[in-house]
Amino acid sequence: MKKPLATYVIGFILSIFLTLLAYGTVTSHSFTASITIGLIVFFAVVQLFVQLTFFLHLGAESRPRWRLVTLGFGVLVVAIVVFGSLWIMNNLNYNMMHSPDKMQQYINKQAGF
Amino acid sequence: MQVEQTLEARNEKTLVGFWIYLMTDVVLFATLFATYMVLRNSTNGGPSGSDIFNLQFVLVETMLLLTSSFTAGLMIIAVRKSDVTQAAWWLIITFILGASFLGLELQEFTKLASEGNSWQHSAFLSGFFTLVGTHGLHIFFGLLWSVVLFVQLIKQGVTNNVSRRLSLFSMFWHFLDVIWIFIFTIVYLMGVIV
Amino acid sequence: MFGRLSLDALPHDLITIGGAVTMLGGALLVIAALTFFKKWKWLFKEWLTSLDPKKIGVMYLIIAGIMLLRGVGDALLMRTQQALASDASGILNSDHFQQIFSAHGTIMIFFVAMGLIFGLFNLIVPMQIGSRDVAFPFLNSVSFWLFAVGFGLVNLSLMIGEFSAAGWLAYPPLSELQYSPGVGVDYWIWSLQIAGVGSLLSGINFFVTILKMRAPGMSLMKMPIFIWSVLGSLVLIMFAFPILTATLSMLSLDRLVGAHFFTTNAGGNAMMYINLIWAWGHPEVYILILPAFGIFSEVVATFSRKRLFGYTSMVWAIVAITFLSFTVWLHHFFTMGAGANVNAFFGIMTMVIAIPTGVKVFNWLFTMYRGRVKFATPMLWFMGFIVTFTLGGLAGVLMSVPAIDFQVHNSLFLVAHFHTMIIGGVVFGCFAGFTYWFPKFTGFTLNERLGRYAFWSWLIGFLLAFTPLYILGFMGATRRLDHYDASMGWQGLFIVAGVGVLLIGLGVFFQLLQLGYSIWKRNENRVQGDPWNGRTLEWTTSSPPPEYNFATIPEVSERDAFWMMKQTKHKIKPFKGTITVPKNSPLGLIIAIFAFMVGFGLVWHMFWMAGVGFIGILVCIIVRISSDETEHQVSINELAVEKGSN
Repeated sequence: MKKPLATYVIGFILSIFLTLLAYGTVTSHSFTASITIGLIVFFAVVQLFVQLTFFLHLGAESRPRWRLVTLGFGVLVVAIVVFGSLWIMNNLNYNMMHSPDKMQQYINKQAGF
Repeated sequence: MQVEQTLEARNEKTLVGFWIYLMTDVVLFATLFATYMVLRNSTNGGPSGSDIFNLQFVLVETMLLLTSSFTAGLMIIAVRKSDVTQAAWWLIITFILGASFLGLELQEFTKLASEGNSWQHSAFLSGFFTLVGTHGLHIFFGLLWSVVLFVQLIKQGVTNNVSRRLSLFSMFWHFLDVIWIFIFTIVYLMGVIV
Repeated sequence: MFGRLSLDALPHDLITIGGAVTMLGGALLVIAALTFFKKWKWLFKEWLTSLDPKKIGVMYLIIAGIMLLRGVGDALLMRTQQALASDASGILNSDHFQQIFSAHGTIMIFFVAMGLIFGLFNLIVPMQIGSRDVAFPFLNSVSFWLFAVGFGLVNLSLMIGEFSAAGWLAYPPLSELQYSPGVGVDYWIWSLQIAGVGSLLSGINFFVTILKMRAPGMSLMKMPIFIWSVLGSLVLIMFAFPILTATLSMLSLDRLVGAHFFTTNAGGNAMMYINLIWAWGHPEVYILILPAFGIFSEVVATFSRKRLFGYTSMVWAIVAITFLSFTVWLHHFFTMGAGANVNAFFGIMTMVIAIPTGVKVFNWLFTMYRGRVKFATPMLWFMGFIVTFTLGGLAGVLMSVPAIDFQVHNSLFLVAHFHTMIIGGVVFGCFAGFTYWFPKFTGFTLNERLGRYAFWSWLIGFLLAFTPLYILGFMGATRRLDHYDASMGWQGLFIVAGVGVLLIGLGVFFQLLQLGYSIWKRNENRVQGDPWNGRTLEWTTSSPPPEYNFATIPEVSERDAFWMMKQTKHKIKPFKGTITVPKNSPLGLIIAIFAFMVGFGLVWHMFWMAGVGFIGILVCIIVRISSDETEHQVSINELAVEKGSN
C-alpha cells in the first residue's frame, strides 16, 4: 500500500462528498423523480468504487486476482437476482389486470422487454 | 520445494477466504434488497417511506458509520506499524462511532414500533425492518468482535494472528459501510422521493 | 418454559409410532454396541473431534447412507399408497402422505445428495490436488456438525411433533402460520437453515482449498476434471446458498414474529417466495450434478485406459453450466403468470444450458471410443447414467418450451424427469465414485459380483419405477396425489412403478450386503495404492492413505499427473521431517449441540433455549478465535511414498 494514510483520507473525503451530493439532490427537490433516482444511484455506485478502491484496496492485489474475480461474479449474481426478480415480479401483473381494455393497455405498454 | 506453507501463504488463505465470505454476504443482502424493492409499495394502508423516514437523522447515522470505517482504516495503518497504542485507540474510536450508529438505529426502530409501525403491520415494513435490521445485526456482531480483538491486542500486542484478525475485522467493517451506501440510497433516499 | 411442547407431541398412531420406534431402535442399537465394545473414547478421539477431512468425509457418507434408507422407505410408502388408492383410501391418510412426500424430497436433496457430495469432496479433493488438508480444517468440522444437526432435527420430527406437510420447498401460503400452524414447517425451516450454513461454509472452504493449496506445478488447466467440476459446484454453493438463507429467514419471520413477506394479507406476496426459492433451487440442482459429472470424467478415463477426450471443452462446459445455472430459474414456475416475453427468455436460456451438458456426454463417449474399456462396477454405473440421464434430459428440454410446460407442469412427467436427473445422474454418479474410490480409503476391494447385482437391480428398478410416471404424466396424473378415481385407468402403471421401487430396495439391499460381505472378506482382497491403474494423484498414496495424505508433496507437470509419473517412471523423492497438523477439537461438536438448541428452541417456541444456544455458539466462536495453540508438529519417518502397483 503506497502512502496508506493518503489513501484512506482521500476515500473518506470523496465518500462524504458523494453522500452529501446524494442527500442534497433529494432534499433540494430540483429534479424530477426519475432523474433524481438516476443521480443518486449513480452517486452510490461511484461511492461503491471509491470505497472498494480506497478502503478495501481492491486494485492492490497481486495476480491471481481472486478478490476481483469473486467480487465480479458476486456483483453479477446480485444483478441477476435483483433485476431478474424485479423484472419477473413486475411482469406477473401481465395476467392480473381486471378489465379487458386495461389488459390491452397494459399489453401494449409491455411490448418488448 | 516447499512442503509447508509459509506464514504469509497461510494468512493470505484466510484473508481471501474471508473476502469470499463477504461476497456471499453481499448476495444475502441482495436477496433482502430485492424483496424490499418488490414489496416497498405494499403499505397495507399504513405509512410509506416518505411518512416515516427522517433524512437528517439518517444523514447523521451515515456520517457516523462512514467515519468509523475511516477510523478502522487508521487502525490498520497503526497495526502495520506495530503501534499497539495507536491501534488500540483507533479501535476504541471505531467502536464508539459504530455503537452510536447502532444506538441511533435502535432509537429509530423503537420509535416506529411504539407508534404502531412494526414489521407486523405491512409487507413494506417487514421488508424495511428486515433489511435495515440485518445490517444492524451485522454491526452488532462487528462491535462484539472488536471487543474480543481489543482484549487480544492489549494482551498480546501486534502478533501475526492479532494482525490478521484485525485485518479481517476491518474488511468486515468497510464492507458494512459499503452495504449502508445502498441502504441509504435505495431505502431512505428513494423512499422519500414521491 | 416448554413453549408449545407437550406430551401431545409424541406419536400416537400406528405409522408414526412405527417410524419413531424404528429410528429410536436403530439409535439405541448403535449406543449399545458402542458401550458393549467400549468404543466411546475411540469414537470421541478418532472421529467426533477429528479435523481430518477423510474422517469427516466418511461421517458425511454415513449420514447420507442412513438418510437414503429413510428416503427409500418414504418412497416405498408412497408407491404402496398410490398402487392401492384407486377408488380406495390406501394405507396412509392425507396428512401422513403429505408429510411423507415432504420428508422424502427434503431428505433426499438436503441430506442424501448433499451428504454424498460433501462426503466425496472431503475424501477426494485434497488428495487429487496433492494437498495434505483443506484450507480451514476447523471450519470443515463445524460444517459437518451443522449438517448433522439438520439431520438430527429432521429425524427428531418423526418422534417429537410432526414434519412439514408443505412439500420439499414449503411454498407459502400453505407454509404460513394460517395454514400450517403446527411445528412441521418450523422443523423444516430450521433443519435446512442450520445445515445450509454448514454447506455455505464448506463451499468457501473447498473453494479456497482448490485455489490455494494445489501441488506445485498443478496449474488450473492441469487439474483433474473432477476438481474443475467441484469448483463449479462450489461457486454455485457460495453464491446461491445465501439466497436460501435469506428466504428461509423471511419465512421464519412471518411465522415467528408475524411479518408479512409472503402472507396473503397486509401486502405479502407469496410469489416472491417462489421466485427466490427457485433462484436458489435451480443452482442447487447443478450443485448436485456437477460433481457427479466430474466423477464420471475420472471413471471413464480410468476404465477406458485413455485420457479424457476434450479436456479444454470440458472445462468450458463446466464454466458455462456454472454461469448459466443462474439464468434459468423461472422455468420452475412458467405457469405462475409471467408474460410471454419473460417465459420465452427463461425458456431459451434453459435450452441453451443443455448444450454444454451435451458436449460433456459426447466427450465421455469419445473417451471410450478406441479405449480398452473395462466394465468394472464404477463403469457400469456410468453406462446406466448415459442411458437414463440422456432420456431424462430430453424430457427436460421438452419442458423448457413454456407452452409444453403448461401441459405437464406439476404432473408426474415432471416428477419422472427430475428423478431421472437426480437418480440417473447424481445418485449413479456418487455410487460410481463410491465403488471407484472405496479401495483407496479402506485398503480392500468391494465384491464385484454383488456390485453388479446392486447395479442391475437399481437400473431395472429405476426404469420400472419411473417410465410409468412419464406415461402417467401425459395421461394427466398430477404429483402428490394420495388417491384417484379408478376410471382414470392409472392403477396398472402405479403397480408397475411400485414393483420398480421394490427392485430399487433390492438394489440397496445388495449394496448393504456388498459392504458387509466385503468387510468380512477384506483380508483376502487387500490392495496397494493403485488398484485400478489410475491417472490422478490420489492413487500415489498407500491404501488407506496416511493421516497427512502425502509425505512428499508431489510436483506436477502435466494433466493426469500420476499417469505421467508412471509412464516416465518418475520416482517420488523420499521425505523426512516434521509437518504441521491441526489438533483435534471438540468445538465443532459443541457448536452443534448449541445449534441444535437454537433449532429445537425456535421450533417449539422455547425461546430461552434458543437464546442459550445462540449465546453458546458465540462463546465457542470467541474461544476458538482466542486460541493460538491449534496445531502440532508431527514427524514423518517414512523413507518413500509407496508407488502404485499394477
